[in-house]
Amino acid sequence: MSPDHYILLSVVLFTIGTIGVLVRRNAIVVFMSIELMLNSANLAFVAFARMHGNLDGQVIAFFVMVVAAAEVVVGLAIIVALYRSRRSASIDEPNLLKY
Amino acid sequence: MIGTGAAVMTDTAPVVAPLAEATGVFSYLWLLIALPLFGAAVLLLGGRRTNRWGHLLGSTTVVLAAVYAVILLVNLMARPEDDRAIGQTLFEWVFVGGFTAPAALQLDQLSMVFVLLITIVGSLIHIYSIGYMDHDPDRRKFFGFLNLFVAAMLLLVLADNYLLLYVGWEGVGLASYLLIGFWQWKPSAAAAAKKAFVMNRVGDVGLSLAIMLIFITFGTVTFDEVFTEAGQASESTLTWIGLLLLLAAAGKSAQFPLQAWLLDAMEGPTPVSALIHAATMVTAGVYLIVRSNAIYDGTIFALTTVLVIGVITMFLGAIIASAKDDIKKSLAGSTMSQIGYMVLAAGLGPVGYVFAIFHLLTHGVFKANLFLGAGSVIHAMKDQQDMRRYGALRAVMIITFLSFASATLAIMGIPPFSGFWSKDSIIHAAFEVSLVAGISGMLAAGLTGFYMTRMFTMTFLGKARWEDDQHPHESKPVMTIPLIILGIGSAFTGMALLFWGDIVSWLTPVTGLQENELPLPTIAYEGMTLALVLIGAGWAYAMYRRDVPIEAPQDVNILTKAARNSMYDDAINDVLVVQPTYSVSRAFVGLDNKGIDGVVNGLAALVGGTGAKLRRWQTGFARSYALAMVGGAVLVVVVLAVVRLP
Amino acid sequence: MTTIPWLTILMVVPLVGSLLMIFLPRGNARLIKQTALVFALATLVLTIAMGLQFDGQSTAAFQFTESYAWIPAFGISYSVGVDGIGLVLVALAATLVPVVILAGWRDVPDESAKGYFALLLVLDTLMIGVFAATDVFLFYVLFEVMLIPIYFLIGRYGGANRAYAAVKFLIYSLVGGLLMLAALIGLYVVSANELGQGTFDFATLVGLDIDPNTQKVLFLGFFIAFAIKAPLWPFHTWLPDAAKESTPATAVLLIGVLDKVGTFGMIRYLLPIFPAASEFYAPLIIALAVIGIIYGALVALGQTDMKRLFAYSSMSHFGFIALGIFVFTSWGASGSTIYMLAHGLSTAALFLAAGFLMSRSGGSSAIAAYGGVNKKAPILAGFLLFGTMSSLALPGLASFVGEFLVLLGTFARYIAVGVIATIGIVLTAAYALRLYQKVATGPASPAVEGITDLKGREVTALAPIVLLTIVLGVFPAPVFNVVNPAVERTLEIVGVTDPPPVIGVQGGEQ
Repeated sequence: MSPDHYILLSVVLFTIGTIGVLVRRNAIVVFMSIELMLNSANLAFVAFARMHGNLDGQVIAFFVMVVAAAEVVVGLAIIVALYRSRRSASIDEPNLLKY
Repeated sequence: MIGTGAAVMTDTAPVVAPLAEATGVFSYLWLLIALPLFGAAVLLLGGRRTNRWGHLLGSTTVVLAAVYAVILLVNLMARPEDDRAIGQTLFEWVFVGGFTAPAALQLDQLSMVFVLLITIVGSLIHIYSIGYMDHDPDRRKFFGFLNLFVAAMLLLVLADNYLLLYVGWEGVGLASYLLIGFWQWKPSAAAAAKKAFVMNRVGDVGLSLAIMLIFITFGTVTFDEVFTEAGQASESTLTWIGLLLLLAAAGKSAQFPLQAWLLDAMEGPTPVSALIHAATMVTAGVYLIVRSNAIYDGTIFALTTVLVIGVITMFLGAIIASAKDDIKKSLAGSTMSQIGYMVLAAGLGPVGYVFAIFHLLTHGVFKANLFLGAGSVIHAMKDQQDMRRYGALRAVMIITFLSFASATLAIMGIPPFSGFWSKDSIIHAAFEVSLVAGISGMLAAGLTGFYMTRMFTMTFLGKARWEDDQHPHESKPVMTIPLIILGIGSAFTGMALLFWGDIVSWLTPVTGLQENELPLPTIAYEGMTLALVLIGAGWAYAMYRRDVPIEAPQDVNILTKAARNSMYDDAINDVLVVQPTYSVSRAFVGLDNKGIDGVVNGLAALVGGTGAKLRRWQTGFARSYALAMVGGAVLVVVVLAVVRLP
Repeated sequence: MTTIPWLTILMVVPLVGSLLMIFLPRGNARLIKQTALVFALATLVLTIAMGLQFDGQSTAAFQFTESYAWIPAFGISYSVGVDGIGLVLVALAATLVPVVILAGWRDVPDESAKGYFALLLVLDTLMIGVFAATDVFLFYVLFEVMLIPIYFLIGRYGGANRAYAAVKFLIYSLVGGLLMLAALIGLYVVSANELGQGTFDFATLVGLDIDPNTQKVLFLGFFIAFAIKAPLWPFHTWLPDAAKESTPATAVLLIGVLDKVGTFGMIRYLLPIFPAASEFYAPLIIALAVIGIIYGALVALGQTDMKRLFAYSSMSHFGFIALGIFVFTSWGASGSTIYMLAHGLSTAALFLAAGFLMSRSGGSSAIAAYGGVNKKAPILAGFLLFGTMSSLALPGLASFVGEFLVLLGTFARYIAVGVIATIGIVLTAAYALRLYQKVATGPASPAVEGITDLKGREVTALAPIVLLTIVLGVFPAPVFNVVNPAVERTLEIVGVTDPPPVIGVQGGEQ
């Protein structure tokens, strides 16, 4: 079985995610796009694991999911805090972290 | 120049024998140094508690050392002539690889006479100081320093190797520094002390290098071993060692060109000038040269240089002494000149070594006498040192007058006073080697007659030129008794050493002795010298007997002007050494602050500045950062792909 | 051999002291200071106890050795041990810490005493460790960690410009440390190539036969680190600033002990591990050292600030020490070791005496602010003079023994260099006595007018220094007995012997 289709799908998902991060202003959407990128990576991991016939890739996919979940918690908390202080979820507005 | 013409009459080489073990009375040799050192430690560490009896302890230790020295002398005389060198090793001091310098003492004929001079004259000066420093709140400290000096000086002459000698050498330098600057709230005294130390350090460079050269040549620094092997070294090596030792001697003994510190050193209390800057420390250079005679025997060039330096300083000192109005500075000039005689004698080689030491001993006595006499006068005149404000003191200070007179006759070389025997021996020896040296010695003797008579006349004779509030009086017995003893010493030391002590054959085993034949009988040289002395003395008497203006006349010839300014030695040193050093120092400070540190701070500023520029890239837009990340990732992929291609 | 882990105990005792101080109440400064003093003294007593058991005749390279695996994968171990040179420097560190604690009793306000004295104790541990390490990695770690307490000691407790000085010191040291780390890794790789398994063990590294060209590269990494620490010309400009801004106690430990790590590193690590490179670079280093001697002395002569003057004088003295190490004679190397010891003591005498003076007259360190101290405070002036004399290497004091041997060792190898270096002793006398003349003599300046003389605590702090300087100058045999074998071993590894005398009486061969 060829992994090509899975890889192709993974690349497409990753590209969509990347473009989403770059063009959308809403923090929630950006966040979802990041999740999309992570999951596209997961897909590739699982596909390769399947291809090589071992479990390494699957294990890593689990790791990624756990880390992603933790990150979502932190990330959403930051977004909520931002929204509370600025009444907006746009990521272009909070630019205090410049020089 | 050396060894012209005259036929050799006798030629005795130094006895080279291993040192005898210190036993019996000699086994306490270390006590000589330990006694005054103990005094110094108690007085300097004990603080104010010892104020009441400090001066007594200080004097006692030196007197005890003197008593022990006499006992040693008696025992040393009882031994056979070729077995009078005693060695005592105390402990291992410096030892690394092949280099060893033990803390070991050596008492031989040469050290013995020095020990006697230091302890006996030292005792008298200590006792005198009890009176002289009576009113000084820091008298205890003064005695502590004096004791320290005596201990260091004894170490200098008793050391059995060059490195240990160096310790004594610098120890006396330290004591001299402390005592010149004893009244250090006076900026002039503090400056003089520093000047003395630093100029001596120039000499120390010579001593350090000489010791190193001796070690790499002979593999040892012990006198005994070095002198045994000296003959095997090449002449150029010996010449270098000889010149370096001469540099050391010039520093310590205020010889040309390192003479400038001695006149300033007169800032110290007068007993210090007597002990350190007249009788003992400043003669250490002569000791060093005579001690190293085995080295100088192999190098005519170094020996001749010694001779030349001696002659130059002899005249330099005499000229300065003839023009100074400050009694102590005039005496200091005279000291320079007399040490010049000794160095001249040492520069004659085996012909003169013995007489250098002979003159050193008699000079130690009569110059101490002169300084203490001057101190008595200064005390009486309420610290006035200008001889133009003296005059007619004979009437009020009869003991000082008589003792000073004895010493004056001694230094002028009037028979039968001490100086006659020693100085004439030197002049005679000088003629044996070189006509020029001999004539120089005679002329300087004439100058001695001039400046001493000038000093004597201005101080004790003529009319009183005192200031209104001065009521001179004779000093207390504690001061006059040492003066009396020294006065007698000035008269008879020469004869005693020559006839009773037989100084010449006493020292010969250490220094060797060579006598050359002279064209004229001895009496002829003595007669000529005496005639010159009397001419000088008569001239001075005629000049200063009557009227001495209180203000020094300004319309004087160039030589007098130069002599009043100590032959411009300070100006010369300033232009040649001091100012250039400070200029370089300032330049380097600038270089360090602006140059090297500038580079360092410049680098820091560069990093900081670059950071400040790069900061601008942090726009704060999260999506720009994301774009940069993507761009970076793409770049990495592209690079990877390109690199993988072939 | 003993089974007692002496060196570990020595390192642990002050560390325990500093940890204990965390639990002491901040308000009770007196208790804090007493605790610090007790632990520092305990360390000193233990050091003396250890020193008495040191066997000068032993053929072993190191004594009191301990070794435990630390990161075995990289051949890193916790290994300590001392030879004569290490022992002398451990003793110096252990001596100076209680002295500076006592002298620095009132250096800082009571409320910040806790941190100050705790840091001094931590420094004690680290200094002992760095001289005792026989694993190069352990040495490196301690070498770098030492920066932290010193950084805070300067940066928190120093003078007006302390932040600048502390950062400058830190960056300088880190640059050196970075180069050293690179060289250290290189050394590891070399050892891995040669032995199959890489190691940081000193004795094993000494046994390696490293290619001369590789040596030259690795040598530079270590050397620059040591030259910055020591400091040699032209890597010295951090020192005057650091010295000026530090409290006297910090300055004593910084210059008196910490900087010795640089010269110690040269003799302990550079010579045996890189013998070929050492010989290759020796002319260059000797040139830097001689420049340092003369340049440092001349710049010191032109200083207007006491502490900066001491810093430049130290730079000049470090020139002597480095010179003695790189002329490859037993005289030079032994002389350098004694000079390290003596310089630590003379630095302590000078900085502490000057510190006492500054603390009682308004804190200025400008020379021009002072004058006539001798009249108002003779004991203080006496100590200052003693420090001056010790600094100019007066014969009879420990520094003379060191300086003379260094000069002798240099002269025996390169006459011209020896002559130039010897001229340095005149300049030393000039700047040292100039300082004393300006500060202590003449009429009393307004700043000096009301000062009191030293009290019991201050005299107690300085007296041991004076005593040690004199005793080691008069009777240095105990130091020679332990140092000479170590020096001989080092020179044997380098493969050089002393030049024999031109005419042998006893011969230079023994």
